[in-house]
Amino acid sequence: MTSLVPLTVALPFLAAAALAAFGHFLHPVIDDAVALVAAAGTTGLCVALVVGTADAPIQYAFGGWEPRHGVVLGIEFSVDPLAAAIAALAALLATASLLASWHYFDEAGHLWSVLVLLFLGGMVGFALSDDIFNLFVWFEVMGVSAFALTAYRKDEPGPLQGALNFAILNSIGALAFLVSIALLYGRTGGLNLAQIGHALTGPPDRLVVVAFVLLLLGFLTKAGAIPFHFWLADAYSVAPVPVCLLLSGVMSDLGLKGIERVYWPIFSETFAGHEVTVRSILVAVGVATMTIGAIMAFLQANLKRMLAFATVSQIGLVLIAGSLLTADGVAGSTLIAVAEGLVRGGLFLCVGVIVTALGDANELRLHGRARHMRVTPLLFLVGVLGLAHLPPFGPFLGVSLVEKGADSLGWSWLSPVIMVSSAIVAAALLRAGARIFLGLGEPGDPALVSLQRPETAGEEEPSEDAGRSRRLTFMAAPASCLLVVAFGLAFAPDLAGHAIQAAERVVDPAQHAVAVLERQPPPPQGPRPSYSPALSSYLYAAGSVLLTLVLAAAGLHRRRVSRATGRVAARVAAAGADRLTALHSGAIGDYVTWQTVGGAILGGLFALTLT
Amino acid sequence: MSLRTRYVLFAISATGLTALLLWGLAGLPDFGRFGGSYGVTLNDVAVAQRHATNVVAAIVWDYRALDTMGEELILFASVMATSLLLREAREREADRSEDAVHGETIRAVGLALVGILVVVGLYTVAHGIVTPGGGFQGGVVLASGLIVVYLAGSYRTYRRVGPTALVDFGEGVGVGGYVGIGLAGMAFGAAFLANFLPLGTKGTLASAGTITALNVASGLAVAAAFVLLVMEFLQELMVMRLEEAEK
Amino acid sequence: MSYFPYLVAGLVFMIGIAGVVTSRNLIHLVVCLSVAQSGTYILLLAIGYRSGGTAPIFKGISEKAKTVDPVVQALTLTDVVVSVVVAALLLALALDVQKNEETLDPEELPSMRS
Repeated sequence: MTSLVPLTVALPFLAAAALAAFGHFLHPVIDDAVALVAAAGTTGLCVALVVGTADAPIQYAFGGWEPRHGVVLGIEFSVDPLAAAIAALAALLATASLLASWHYFDEAGHLWSVLVLLFLGGMVGFALSDDIFNLFVWFEVMGVSAFALTAYRKDEPGPLQGALNFAILNSIGALAFLVSIALLYGRTGGLNLAQIGHALTGPPDRLVVVAFVLLLLGFLTKAGAIPFHFWLADAYSVAPVPVCLLLSGVMSDLGLKGIERVYWPIFSETFAGHEVTVRSILVAVGVATMTIGAIMAFLQANLKRMLAFATVSQIGLVLIAGSLLTADGVAGSTLIAVAEGLVRGGLFLCVGVIVTALGDANELRLHGRARHMRVTPLLFLVGVLGLAHLPPFGPFLGVSLVEKGADSLGWSWLSPVIMVSSAIVAAALLRAGARIFLGLGEPGDPALVSLQRPETAGEEEPSEDAGRSRRLTFMAAPASCLLVVAFGLAFAPDLAGHAIQAAERVVDPAQHAVAVLERQPPPPQGPRPSYSPALSSYLYAAGSVLLTLVLAAAGLHRRRVSRATGRVAARVAAAGADRLTALHSGAIGDYVTWQTVGGAILGGLFALTLT
Repeated sequence: MSLRTRYVLFAISATGLTALLLWGLAGLPDFGRFGGSYGVTLNDVAVAQRHATNVVAAIVWDYRALDTMGEELILFASVMATSLLLREAREREADRSEDAVHGETIRAVGLALVGILVVVGLYTVAHGIVTPGGGFQGGVVLASGLIVVYLAGSYRTYRRVGPTALVDFGEGVGVGGYVGIGLAGMAFGAAFLANFLPLGTKGTLASAGTITALNVASGLAVAAAFVLLVMEFLQELMVMRLEEAEK
Repeated sequence: MSYFPYLVAGLVFMIGIAGVVTSRNLIHLVVCLSVAQSGTYILLLAIGYRSGGTAPIFKGISEKAKTVDPVVQALTLTDVVVSVVVAALLLALALDVQKNEETLDPEELPSMRS
């Protein structure tokens, strides 16, 4: 089991190198098959690790270096079920992405598979690493491959600009992360997470606070939290659908997982006593992200951009969950990340089917044009219900954990806020689906934002040939798999109990430090908590589904609703919506300015409250 | 946002962020008095443990070899990405461009330089474990030796020295070789990227085990990468000139 | 002020970011990003310095000699390589933008939505 750990990164990278060296000389089908086998193999390895680390986390030392007098000499991976679950998510989505792109591009070339495999390896490494500079290296591996994949259709202007914005903002985030690493190394003389945390004693001082803020700047930019999210919508609306699968399904969640991975060993002890402050500030960011993302999603007419903002909104939810700073919250955040990542992946694949079949991604222009489809609308509906947290399935399980965590902290106001935001997001997609697949609703709606450029930036032109129905199979089949897994998670035996148990180890960094620095096996844990969602969670979820239906209907008949609610209210709402969408201008200077604003505000808040 | 709003907003928040950053940086230990345990420990043990007198090389290719593998992969990804973005449909036409250098002096100096740079590059790579240098530094020098072929010769000659398929292959072998050596350690029952080759005598070229092998793999990958990168950008230039000439 | 080098590093970093925000040419923007990256090199190397220490190469000197911290040098090496390749990628993107839009001014690139 221990030797599986390095294979999870070695396999995709070796396959990528082999494809680059020999891809020219082999038949394209062989190239694609090699890539697919590598991705599927990585999925298997990660799932095996999830199961194998249920009792005790595995600490793998690359190069075989043992710590010497409390100094860790090499780089280590720390594998626990939650980290391995995110790695498995990445691998599964990469497999789906390679399948979907098999017949998506007419001439994909082996460069495509090489970049996807590199992306996968970077994500797995990032999820599992226990060394802060190693995290930076994987961060950049993910980044570079993602920028390239986003700009794949370089002959169109949209993908280039989206990729540029993506690359510049993420690079600045990476630099902030690097400064943070330098600060922490300067203070503690170590790069291993457990070693740094062990050396950081006493109340937080200026260096620790600034290191934390810079770390947040870097990771929140990757994750797409407000106000660092502007690049996300631009990039997702122009990246080809198989890339969006990966970006939306797992890369954004990894940004937040990174914060969690670094926070507990390094900062949790230093910030002890200030948890309420840290929690409040981060939950506030999460709530802002969740609500603004939801509103923006509702205002879009372009399906990919809608899903991009849906991703932002759900990132807000994962951020809230992790920021509760409890075992329930940590367990909930991973569960939601996995379940909703899979749902978003499935939805993106449905959008891929629509784009390939009909050549458009704009809800208004596609009005009623997909009435002949039978499988895709069903998948789409399942996805929408997943976003609305239909009980008792996977996404619902994760959200119920978060609500339980919030209630135990006395923050029961979070549950209705989560309910409303999720409903708005699900309603946006339901409205779009009803328009496209059923032809319902008003034919036009000037309040919805359309793209100035071709709506299908980044996609292939639809073509009328036998290849097209094969494409549909290669996208609908993975979509159904992803959705089945997402929903089926709730039926894995005692999944929530396992997650909480794993989370309890995460939130106990002292135990982890002993395991790493003194190489003593961690003590066995007590009996696994059994978990069943509270009644209030079921009620909130039911409310979410109902609210989704209501809001979707309102969205379909928006003009009638506006007339009914009165001119002033409608005018105010329209003005607000205009201002909000105008901010997403596409100018890189604006986006970096918002990054600076976010960094300054977060920095000021933490500096004032923690020192 | 209008440009003015943006500049005002940025000025205010950047001032705040800079103040915060400088305030935090002032919390670092005094300049020149750093005593970090990681560095001190490695300085003490690296030579004895790995028979490599260049401790930085020992760190890069042994203690923290996984970071270097990641770095190779970033290099690899970026080269693949640049090929994706710049590889031209007009590649063949670019090959016919007439930009050969004619001055005899330049060609003579260039010829001499190519030889010198390639030797210095190989020397730097090989001696990386003993004295300052290593795969990265040496690889770049190697690549610049080949780029002088373009500067003192012509684009066509440069293309002949480094054809795309060969350079792609070199890049793949360099990176794949690195991962392969890492896996080879596992075949001997050790961890991934463990140093399993004999360590030799310190201070000589035949020392430090897998550090030397990884060093060479990195040198190959870096040299191939830079040759490829420069070629991609030059190709763009040739095509642009062709299009100018056609106007 | 014994932390003067660190302040210089921080200022160089922020100057680079300011350059990115005010840039009117994509090539200039990429170079400003490189300037910000140089700030991080300065910071890392300054942190590792030990007064009176020499390079951490033990050929020809005693193994007990005082040397500077070798770890930050390894980190900076990785940092430099990463920065160079990301800059190469960004420049390739800028070149493609110039081909498609005939402009390198980020303010003139059409907005992403109507």
